[in-house]
Amino acid sequence: MAHNTQQTHGPGHGVGHGPEVDPVTGATTTGHEWDGIKELNNPLPRWWLWTFYATIIWSIGFWVVYPSWPLISSFTPGVIGWSSRGQVAGHLEELREQRAAMTSRLDAASTEEIRNDPELLSFATALARPAFGDNCAPCHGAGGAGAVGYPNLNDDAWLWGGTLANIEQTIRYGIRSGNENAHVGDMPAFGRDGILQRPQIVAVADYVRSLSGLPVENQGNLTTGAQVFADNCAACHSADGTGNRELGAPNLTTGIWLFGPDRNTIVDGVWHGRGSVMPAWEGRLDDTTIKALTVFVHTLGGGE
Amino acid sequence: MTQAIAPIKRMTFGEAGTATVLAALTFLFILIGAKAHTSGYAFHALLFAAASAWGVFKIIDRFYARPAALPPREINGWPNYNFGPVKFGTVAAMFWGVAGFLVGVIIALQLALPELNLASWLNFGRLRPLHTSAVIFAFGGNVLIASSFYVLQRTSRARLAGDIAPWFVVLGYNFFIVIAGTGYLLGITQSKEYAEPEWYADLFLTVVWVVYLLVFLVTLSRRKEPHIYVANWFYLAFIVTIAVLHLGNNAAIPVSLFSAKSYVVWSGVQDAMIQWWYGHNAVGFFLTVPFLAIMYYFVPKLANRPVYSYRLSIIHFWALIFIYIWAGPHHLHYTALPDWAQTLGMTFSIILWMPSWGGMINGLMTLSGAWDKLRTDPVLRLMVVAIAFYGMATFEGPLMSVREVNALSHYTDWTIGHVHSGALGWVAYISFGTIYCLVPWLWNRKALYSTRLVSLHFWVSTIGIVLYITSMWVAGILQGLMWRAYTSLGFLEYSFIETVEAMHPFYLIRALGGILFLTGSLIMVYNLWATVKYGEATDEETETTAAKPALAPAE
Repeated sequence: MAHNTQQTHGPGHGVGHGPEVDPVTGATTTGHEWDGIKELNNPLPRWWLWTFYATIIWSIGFWVVYPSWPLISSFTPGVIGWSSRGQVAGHLEELREQRAAMTSRLDAASTEEIRNDPELLSFATALARPAFGDNCAPCHGAGGAGAVGYPNLNDDAWLWGGTLANIEQTIRYGIRSGNENAHVGDMPAFGRDGILQRPQIVAVADYVRSLSGLPVENQGNLTTGAQVFADNCAACHSADGTGNRELGAPNLTTGIWLFGPDRNTIVDGVWHGRGSVMPAWEGRLDDTTIKALTVFVHTLGGGE
Repeated sequence: MTQAIAPIKRMTFGEAGTATVLAALTFLFILIGAKAHTSGYAFHALLFAAASAWGVFKIIDRFYARPAALPPREINGWPNYNFGPVKFGTVAAMFWGVAGFLVGVIIALQLALPELNLASWLNFGRLRPLHTSAVIFAFGGNVLIASSFYVLQRTSRARLAGDIAPWFVVLGYNFFIVIAGTGYLLGITQSKEYAEPEWYADLFLTVVWVVYLLVFLVTLSRRKEPHIYVANWFYLAFIVTIAVLHLGNNAAIPVSLFSAKSYVVWSGVQDAMIQWWYGHNAVGFFLTVPFLAIMYYFVPKLANRPVYSYRLSIIHFWALIFIYIWAGPHHLHYTALPDWAQTLGMTFSIILWMPSWGGMINGLMTLSGAWDKLRTDPVLRLMVVAIAFYGMATFEGPLMSVREVNALSHYTDWTIGHVHSGALGWVAYISFGTIYCLVPWLWNRKALYSTRLVSLHFWVSTIGIVLYITSMWVAGILQGLMWRAYTSLGFLEYSFIETVEAMHPFYLIRALGGILFLTGSLIMVYNLWATVKYGEATDEETETTAAKPALAPAE
C-alpha cells in the first residue's frame, strides 16, 4: 500500500486544471483536485432520484391520512381520525369482548366450582399462567419450583395451608406484608436476642436434623437439643416438630427445607430468626386474576 | 535551514495564556476537591487538578525544548503538516477500541450469564454506558478527530492552525473520556442515553469542542485549494451539529459547584423529545456524517479512482443534513409523545432513506474500474464491506421507523442487532480501514507489516458480525412475536420471564460474535505495532513533521 502522492503536492498545485475525461468510464471530471483526488461530474442516478421523490410523495400522503403537522394550539388530525390512544382502546375492547362470556362465568363461580369444571379450569389456567409468570415467578420460579427462602409450590408441604381458601387468603393479603389480614408470626432471633446460648443453639440444630432422619454430627447434643426444643420451639413447631400452619411454623419432620438442611443454616435461622415477606396482591391484581391464580397454584401439584 | 539572525526566544501568547489559565484552574480544582460533597466528585476534581498541573508543566517543558521559532506553515512552498496530534488520536483510537470491545464482550456475557454481575461498579448497569461511550465517543471520536486533522491538512494543503490548540483538542478530548468512563464506574451519571456524563464533564467537553471547531475553521480558511473538499463539508457539519446537540440535551443546573449532581432543565415528554432528538442525531452526525467524510477521502485514495459524482455528493449532503434532524421522534413511537410528532419523525425517516444511500452509491461507484483491487487489498475490502453495511443499516433504519414495524421491533433485541450492524459493520470497519491507512502513512512505512493479517482480521471479525447481528435479529423478532402472542381464549401466551428465557441461546451466540470481533481487533493491534516496529521506512525522510516539526517539509 504505497502512498505516494508527492507529485500532487508541489508548489502552486491545485489551480488551473480544466475538466478531464476519465479514461475508464468516459465521464468528465469537475476539474478540481485535492491531494490527488478528482471528482467525476456524473448526473444523479435516475432510480435514486425517483425513489427519493417517491418517499416524499408517500410521506405527503401519510400526512393527509394521519395526525402530523403542529398548528398554533392543535395539530392536523388526519382524515381517518386515527390516534394511538384510540388504537389501544380498540384493542383492549376487542379483548374484553372476546373474554366477556367466560370471565363473567368465572366471576360467578367459587374456586371449588372452577376446580371441578374442566372448561372453567382451562380458562382460569390460560388467564393465570402468564399472570403467574409476570408476578409470582420472580420469587417462586417460572415453574413454581421455588428457591432458597421461597417455597416450592409443586409439593404438598404448605406453610400456611394448601386448600383453595388458604391459598386465596395468602395471595390476596400476603405474608407479613403489613396488610391487616396478612399472615403473621415471626420466628424469634433466639441467639441475637440472648434467649439461648450458642451451645444450646448448636444442640437444638442437631436435634432438628434428627427429626427428619438426617445424620447428626454430635450424638451427645441430642438430649440437650430435645430439652431446648421442648422449652423454646415446641410452642410453635409443636412437641413432635410437625409445625403449626396457623403460625406458619414449618413441619420439621418432612425433609423439605425452606432455607436448607445443613447445620450452619439451621444455626443461622435459630440465631437470627426468620420472617420472609410475601406481598399482598389485593389491589395490584383484580379479583378475577387472584381467583384464577388461586386455582392455578392449587393445581400445580400439592393442592389440598 | 540555518537562521541568519537567531530570533529571541519567547513564549507565545498561546503558551503563556494556556499555562496561566491551567495554573489558576489547578488551584480551583484542588479547592473543589477539598469541599466536594462526594468522594467520587472529589476524585474527579483531583484528576482535573492533576491534568491541569501536568499541562502547565508540559507547556513549560516543551517551551524549553523547542527552537526559538515555531514551525513554519510552509517550507519552500511545501505545506509543513502537523501530524503529531493525528498520531496521538490514532493510537488512542486503537486503545479505546479494544477496551470498548472488551467491555462489550463482558456485558454480553453478563446478559447471558447474570451471575457475572460481580461488584456494584462492575455490574451491567454501569458497564453498559462504559461500553457505548468507549466505542462511540472514545474509539469513534478519536478516529474522527485524528482523521479530520489529517484529511483537512492534506486536502487544504495547509498546516493545522495553532500550536497548543490541536494538542489541547486531542488531549482534552481523551481526558473527557477518562472523566466520563471513571464517572460511570463510580455511579456518576445523569442517566441520559449516550449523554451520561454530568454537568462538569459536559462543560469541559464544550470548551474542547469549541477549540476543535476553531482549529478546523482557521485551517480551512488558510487552504491553498480554491474549493473545500467534500470530506471537509461533512466534518464541519459533524463538528457544528454535535456542538448544538450537546448544548441542547445537556442543559442542566448543577446542585452546587461542589456536587457532581445536576438537574436537567427539560422535564417529562419534552425531555424525552430532546433526548431522542439528541440521540438520533448522535447516530446521524457522529456515526454517519463524519464517517462519510472518511469514506470520501480514503476510498478514492485507496482505489486510486475519482469520486463517482460531484453532484450526488452535494445533493445527498444537504438532503442528509436537513432531513436527519427531524427523524428523532421515531424512537418514541407509542409513548406519551403526541401522535403528530411520531408521524413526522417516521415520515422524515422514510425520506431520509435515499439521502443516506447517496453516500453509499458515491462510495461504491467510486470503485468502477478498480473492483479488482478488492482481491489484493484487504484494507479496501474492509472499507467496501463497511459501505455495504452502511447501506443495509440505512435501509433497515427507515423500515424500523415505520410505526407498525416499530410495534414489533421496539424494545426488542432487533434494535440492538440494527445498531450493531451499523456500529460494527459500518463505523468500526471504516475506522479499521482508516487506521490501517494512517499508521504506515504517519510513521513513514512503505506498507503494513502483514496484508495476510489484515485479511485474517477481516474474516474473523466478519464472522463475528454475522453471528452478532443474525442472533439479534432472530432474538428480537422472536421476542416481539412472543410479547404480542395471544391464546385463542384472549390471554397472553407468554409471561415476560418466558421470553427472557427464550433469549438465552441467542445471547450466547451474540457473546461469541463479540469475542470474535474483539479477537480481530487484537490481531489488528499486533499488525499495527509490527508495522511501526519492523516496517520498512519510506525513502523520503521527509514526512516526519510530527517528530521534527521545524526541520523538513511534509513530503
